Formats: sequence, C-alpha cells, structure tokens
Amino acid sequence: MRTGSVWLAALAASVALGAAAPAALAQQGEIKIGEINSYSGLPAFTEPYRKGWQLAVEEINKAGGVLGKKLVVISKDDGGRPADAVTAANELVSRDKVDMLAGAFFSHIGLALADFAKQKQMFYLAGEPLTDAIVWSAGNKYTFRLRPSNYMQAAMLAEEAAKLPAKRWATIAPNYEYGQSAVAVFKQLLSAKRPDIEWVGEQWPPQGKIDAGPVVQAVAAMKPDAILNVTFGPDLVKLVREGNSRGLFKDRAVVSFLTGEPEYIDPLKDETPEGWIVTGYPWDSVKTPEHDAFLKAYQAKFNDYPRLGSVVGYALIQSAVAIINKAGSTDTEKLIAAARGLEFDTPFGKSMFRAIDHQATLGAFVGKTAVKDGRGVMVDAVYRDGAKYLPSDEEVKKMRPQS
Amino acid sequence: MDFLVVQFLTGLAGASSLFLVASGLSIIFGVTRIVNFAHGAFYMLGAYIAYTLTERWSGALGFWGGLIAAALAVAAIGALVEIVLLRRIYRAPELFQLLATFGVTLMVQDLSVLIWGPEDLVGRRAPGFRHSVDILGQSVPSYDLLLIALGPLVLGGLWLLFHKTRFGVLVRAATQDRDMVAALGVNQRWLFTGVFALGVFLAALGGALQLPRDAVSHTMDLRIIVEVFVVVVIGGLGSVGGAYLAALLVSELNAFGILVMPTISLVLVFLVMAVVLVVRPHGLFGKPEGPPRAAIGGLIRPWRPLSGAERLGMAALFAAAALLPLVAGSYVLSVGTEILIFALFAASLQLLMSAGGIASFGHAAYFGLGAYGAALGAKSLALPFPAALACGIALGTLGAAIFGWFCVRLSGVYFAMLTLAFAQIAWSVAFQWTSVTGGDNGLLGIWPPAWASSPAVFYWITLALAAAGVAAIRAIVFSPFGYALRAVRDSALRAEAIGIGRRGVQWTAFVIAGGFAALAGALFAFLKGSVFPDNLGIPLSVDGLVMVLLGGVETVSGAVVGALVYRALSVVLMSQTDYSKLVLGLFIVVLVVAFPRGIVGSLQALLPRLRRARASSIGAAALRPAE
Repeated sequence: MRTGSVWLAALAASVALGAAAPAALAQQGEIKIGEINSYSGLPAFTEPYRKGWQLAVEEINKAGGVLGKKLVVISKDDGGRPADAVTAANELVSRDKVDMLAGAFFSHIGLALADFAKQKQMFYLAGEPLTDAIVWSAGNKYTFRLRPSNYMQAAMLAEEAAKLPAKRWATIAPNYEYGQSAVAVFKQLLSAKRPDIEWVGEQWPPQGKIDAGPVVQAVAAMKPDAILNVTFGPDLVKLVREGNSRGLFKDRAVVSFLTGEPEYIDPLKDETPEGWIVTGYPWDSVKTPEHDAFLKAYQAKFNDYPRLGSVVGYALIQSAVAIINKAGSTDTEKLIAAARGLEFDTPFGKSMFRAIDHQATLGAFVGKTAVKDGRGVMVDAVYRDGAKYLPSDEEVKKMRPQS
Repeated sequence: MDFLVVQFLTGLAGASSLFLVASGLSIIFGVTRIVNFAHGAFYMLGAYIAYTLTERWSGALGFWGGLIAAALAVAAIGALVEIVLLRRIYRAPELFQLLATFGVTLMVQDLSVLIWGPEDLVGRRAPGFRHSVDILGQSVPSYDLLLIALGPLVLGGLWLLFHKTRFGVLVRAATQDRDMVAALGVNQRWLFTGVFALGVFLAALGGALQLPRDAVSHTMDLRIIVEVFVVVVIGGLGSVGGAYLAALLVSELNAFGILVMPTISLVLVFLVMAVVLVVRPHGLFGKPEGPPRAAIGGLIRPWRPLSGAERLGMAALFAAAALLPLVAGSYVLSVGTEILIFALFAASLQLLMSAGGIASFGHAAYFGLGAYGAALGAKSLALPFPAALACGIALGTLGAAIFGWFCVRLSGVYFAMLTLAFAQIAWSVAFQWTSVTGGDNGLLGIWPPAWASSPAVFYWITLALAAAGVAAIRAIVFSPFGYALRAVRDSALRAEAIGIGRRGVQWTAFVIAGGFAALAGALFAFLKGSVFPDNLGIPLSVDGLVMVLLGGVETVSGAVVGALVYRALSVVLMSQTDYSKLVLGLFIVVLVVAFPRGIVGSLQALLPRLRRARASSIGAAALRPAE
C-alpha cells in the first residue's frame, strides 16, 4: 500500500511537470498553426506526415519565416475520436491562441473540425480527409481542403476503367462513408462513360474487420470481368492474400483506390498483385525539379523515403504559408480572402485552392502495380492534375450550401 | 452447389481461427472469473513475436518453431502478468480485474508500436501451404484446410487435458465451484497461474497462426477481443465445446450472410448473440450458475446518506466548482464541462453496478441515444435547447426501457453481454441509417443557442444538471426503491420471498440509469457540436466501466471521482504526449494495485482505521462507530 502511494505520487508529479513544461506562452514574433491528427490511432500514416510538415517548417524558418515572424506548429493527437479532436481544437484556439487550424486524417474528424471552425470562426485547412462532404454538402466558408477528394480519385480511376473491355463489374469496399461514396461516384462516372456496363454485385466488409476468405469467394461467384477495390491497410493485405491464393485476380482487371500509396503497397512486398490500376505516389520515379528538391531534403533529414503522408504534411505547410503571406496578416477573414483562388507550390508542382468550393487542385498519380526486386511498386504512373477531375461549377453550386 | 461447399469450408477455417482465441478466454473466465480484456493484446503479441521469429529463422522448422515459440513466450508473459498483477487483486470486487487487464491492453498497444513500428507487417507464407487445392473446381487455400483440421484437434486436445489429467480435473472442478476446490486444499495460486498461462498460450497461438493470412498491426487486439467474448458467451461460459460451436455458427452465418446481405458483417455477431441469449439465457451450452456465495452487499459496510456536515462540505465543493469560471479560461471550462458530463454518465452506470449489482457493458448506448435524440431534436424538429435536451432524455429512456426489458431476464456476465449486444445493434443502426443519422459522418452543427453558448454559461448549466443528477441518483439509492434494488442485489431469493420482484425492480433501475446517461449524452452533443456513432460505441462503454471501477464499485458515488481522475488524465495525456495510452495504462495498473477497492472505496476503508488509530492514541475509546 505504502509503496503504491509513493509510485503514484511520483507518477502524478511527472504528469504535472509534463503538463507545465510545454505550455505555449504567447511569444511575440510567432505565427502559430494548430495542427491535429490521429498520431496514436494511425501512426503508419501520421508519422511520415509529421516528418513532412516538420521538414517544411524547418525550411521556412531557415528562409526567414512568415511575414518576418517565426512559424510554429503546435501539434495535438486526437486518438482517432472526433470528440477528442474538438477538445484539442478548443485548447489550440483558446489557450494556445493559434492563428489557424490544420490537419485531420479521418473524414468524420475533419467534418467535426470543419464545423468547429465555422462555429468559432477560425480558418481550418484540412489536409487528409477525403470525404466530398467537407467541401460540398457540409462545406463552409472557413474550411479548405488540400488532398484530392474521393470524387477526384474516383474520376481519375473511372477514366482509366472506361478504357477496359470489361463489362461485368463487382465492387469491394469498406462499409462506411468513405467506401460508400467511393463506390457511388465511381459507378456513376463509369456508367456515364460506358452505358453498356453491368454491376453484378457488391461486398461491404466492415472497415478493419474483413473476413477475406468468404468475401473473395462471394466475389468470385459473381463472375465479374473486373473488380473495384476500395479497401486499404490490413484489410487490403488480407484481401490480396486470399485473392491470390484463390485465384480471384487471375485474368481479371482490378481498379483500386489508394493502393499505390507507399503506406499501403509497401507492406505487401512480393505479394503485391500485378497490373492493378491504382491511384498513389511512386516516390522513386517522380522526376520533376520540385519533387527532387523535396525528396533530397527529406532523405537527408530523416534517412528514410517519403510516403504520401509526407507529401501531404509538407504541402499542408507550404499552402498555409502561401495563404498567410498573401493575406499579410492572420486575421481570419483576410486569410479566407487570400486563400480563395490562391496558387501555391507543392512537391507535385503548382496547385490552387478553388474559390468556388475551397478544394485544392492537387492531383494524384495513376498507374499500375508491379513487383520489382521483391517489393511492390507503381509503374507507368502519370500525374493527373486534380483540376481536370472535378464536376462543373453548376453542379458544385447545387451541392454546396451557398451562404 | 460447388460454390456453397467451398464457402462452407472457408467458414470452417474462420471458425477455427476464432475458436483458438475464444477457447483460451473461456478457460480463463471459467476458472478465475477474470473478464480478461487483455486477451486481444496477447493475441496481438503472439502475432508480432511470431513475425519477428519467423523473419529470423529460416525453413519450415523455423516457421512452425517460430509460431510455437512465440506462443510460449507470450504465455510466459501472461503468467508474469498474472503473478505480478492479477494475483494481488483476486480479492477485489468483481470485475475489478477487468480494469487491470484494460490497463495492460492500453500499454501493450503503445509498446507494440514502439517496438515493431507503426507500419503493418506482412509475415511469411507457411512453408508447404502457399498454394491452393482444387476442390469441386474451386480453389481453396491449403492453409485453410490446415486451420480446419486444427480447430477440432485443439478441441480434442483440450478435452483430453480436462478429462484425463489431474490438472484438468482441478480446472473443471474450479470452473464449477472454485470455493469448494479451495476448501479441499488445492493450491489455487498455481492452478490460476497455470490456467491463465494456458489461455494466453491459446490466444497467442491463434494470433501467430494468422501470420500467413493477415497483416500484423497494432489494431489487431481490439479487432478480435469483442468478437471472441461474444463467441464465448454464445457458447456458454466455461464451455469449450460451446465455444467451438459458437465460432462455427458465427463464421458460417457470416460466410453465407454476406451472400444475401453484403453489409451484414458489421452487426452479425451481435445479432446472433442477442437472439441466442434471449432464447437461451446461459448460452448454448452454459449452465445456470448456483446462487453466488458472496454478493457485493456482503462485503461492504452498509451505506448511509451523507451527514449534515458532509452535506455542507458537498455544498461548499459545489460552490467552489461554480466559481471556476471566475478564474479559468474557456479551454479549462470546456474540459471541466466534459468531466462533469462524464461524472454524470459514470454515476448513472454506478446506480446499476453498485446499487443494482448488475454491470452493463453497453451503457454508452443510452449516452449515445441521448446525444442523437438531442441532435435530431435540434436539427430535424428545430426544438429549442431545453426541449432538445428533453428529447435526448426521452430517446435514451425509451431505448433503455426496450433493451432493459430483455436484459433483466438474464444475470451476471450474460446480462452484461446482452447489454453490449444491444449497444452494438444501436451503434450499427446509427452507423448505417445515413439518411437520418448521417452515418459515420455524423450530425453536425449542434451548438447551444447564443444565450448558452459562452463556455462559462454552458459550464454552469452542465454543473447544475450534473450535480442535480448525481444528487438525484443518491436520493434514489436511499429511497425505498433503492433499498428494494439493494435487496434484490444481495439476495434475489429472499427479496422475492418478501414480495420484491427482481425483474421489475432491476428494469426500473435500468430505465432510470439510461435516462441519466441520456442527459449526459445530450449535453455532450451540445458541448462538441456534433454527434457520431462512436458516442454509442464500445470504447465509451468501457470508459464508463473504468470510471466506476476506478472510483470504487462498492461506493455510492465514487464514480464521480473516478470520472474526474480518468477523464482529466486522458485529456492532459492526449494533449501532452504521443504515448498517452502507455502512461494511462501504467497509471491504471498502479492505481489498481494501490487502491484495490477503487480510489474512493480504498480511502473509505482507510478512514475509519486512521480515525481509530488517532482515537486510541488520545485515549478516547468510544468515538462514534465507523462511518
């Protein structure tokens, strides 16, 4: 009992100290970005992402900072829960007095933060969340989104899928909003291009809990010519393994969301299925000056190669700094005005925040999967500019609340 | 037809994987009565260690040797956890061990990321089982056939162990009546350690065997834990054969269910469990337990309402809390509001657990229904703020009334698991019914009106409601109804003999508790501005249990303190470290050992002793009796 109390006191003391130490005092000459992400819940993606933004912050401060002030990013974990993300946002806004909010990975957390930003009238730059709702049906004036959305990725893939001879299509997608809207948009766009296509069946395994054997068997029984896959992470690994051993992918075209991102293709190693049409990021075969500079700096600093998360983290800070520089202030209204239609640099080249819906035109690579030296890679990858894969302005206006 | 046969075989392979893990859990629970939340963590550790070993050792021997060695290593870790941690708290109140194993789970999650890195690991294919076999023109992975054989093999092995060895006889005896086994002079310590290690070995072996077909990731533990619990309960607690049958049932229903309804996997196991438990209250092969020898009421000193002086103290505390907005900024206020909401939520669960003696594993359902009720009231019906709160309470109470009606027919862990099943069914409705609930993208824009939107005002509103709620719960505990509830808890037979029906009383308590949880949920919706399905998810239900156990399940309202400590710690740790789970888990483990009856429970036990010590030192022998 007594030893227990001593332990407890020591632990309590260390927690208290930990709490006191980094409390950010308002310093003069700093511009603060409050960043929130699922660091503990999804480290495979958020670790490279953190390295990406850390690199950008370091480079910007070396080059003299923003508006002559030092750029500081205060980063918080949301544990994968929207309620905790709102708590963290509250802390960043009311205690740390940040000038803008940024971050989030999961769509529902992005939406919760976007709504928080609207309520508190804070500028929010969403990095990762893919949901279309964040700029369209639930879009608001304070929220901007960097990554190519679900719709854009679906449009890129549907364009390639339309070129395939396949007529009978089956879909496998995780049973939540991301999977549902990916399938819905892909179906709509592909059917528009190819009215002759028949959708022969769908499988909706729960996200993170796929029972891959029965799912693969069920899809095989539909006898499709081609398969759309939206699963990722451990689900994808199980699907690929079961599909490979049961011959599901033999003589069938497969179109797959995000599978070419190093986060998802690397774990598959020599079991990577060949010839899938995927969106992703072939980090070792992008040859542009912007990307070369980013790659060199990243490898020099971290002795590791970048993942897609690294690019997103890096571009997040690049775009934030471009916004603040153009606004010439950190006033929220001025930031919004500056961001609308703003062009900014990223490792993938120039991109722009559209004034009409606050979506960035950052694109993605579309290519095919292959195995090279025992690891999965993307070949024949071509960068698709996001601007070309968005619906018309009239359609956007119909979807987005106009206020 | 060919296809259906192959689908059946695929289901069998899934059943075997599930059974290995579930059998371990079943054995552990049967003998030690520990609700081993860390079972998933051991499963995950088995997979991780097997990955490391099989990457190092080459050849077929290296692979299979690696799997066995990994399972043995994890079994050793399990034995260590049992000896160092669990042994100290067998005498603690029921379910308290759940808290300890929950702490261990949190720690293992962060540790495995630290040790093995954040990325998913894909292990080797099993040598000799890389390819598939042609059965009726369809290819079936040969590894599946291996798994199909392994399930019955392990089942048979366990049967031999339990029926042909002395250890097995003792295990069966202890499963039936462990007090009697102890009375006969069997050294329970080593029996428990042995059983725990055996169960952990099976879990780790189950994890290691997933290496050739799954990715090893740090989320494996939570993926499996709930499902195996469900399987154990469907099969009947302590029945290994039942666990196999249940695993078979769940896997086959899933394999064929997805052909008819591709979205069914989300909720299938819980539907099966709800149906089985409603029809067979003790699972497929479970037997009704004998009347418990030592109910919670027998262990504790009788409760009493607060004395006048103590009431004054509480009023002073309330006044001090009400003054917080004068000194604190809006962030501290919003965290304070959150803590108050969880205090009310935990207090409502405590009414069930402490006064009612029935543990709900799905209490978040009513919190979440309250949140959705308030959100839908505010958004769809455009109700004003107070009416939206009332709407939340109404929906939560209604949910509790319906679910509770089924649940109170059961008792013990079966009761708890049925509440879990209903909570998961409610969760999946919120998750799938996109047109009403917004699906997993939730409902947004649920902010309080202008007059209540400042952090200080909302804090005061929450403080007033939470304090009134906790006071009302206390008043209920000390009302005639509260006495009836405690009578039912302490001895259902005697209570019924004097005309107090168990079901009616427990059902009423369930509805009341659901109503207060719903109020907490409704306030939470307005605090966060949004509602998501995870407001009714399992993690929140577990949080509720943790808060009650941390405060002290033998107290009237220790949960309030538990909520304060747990929630404040989580918020601070989340904000300040990347390894919040590691620190929080460690903290819980330390608290469990330091305060084996919960924080408030242990302090209360300490207080009279201190008083007595002081009293005897000043020579005044006849001070007022303890408490």
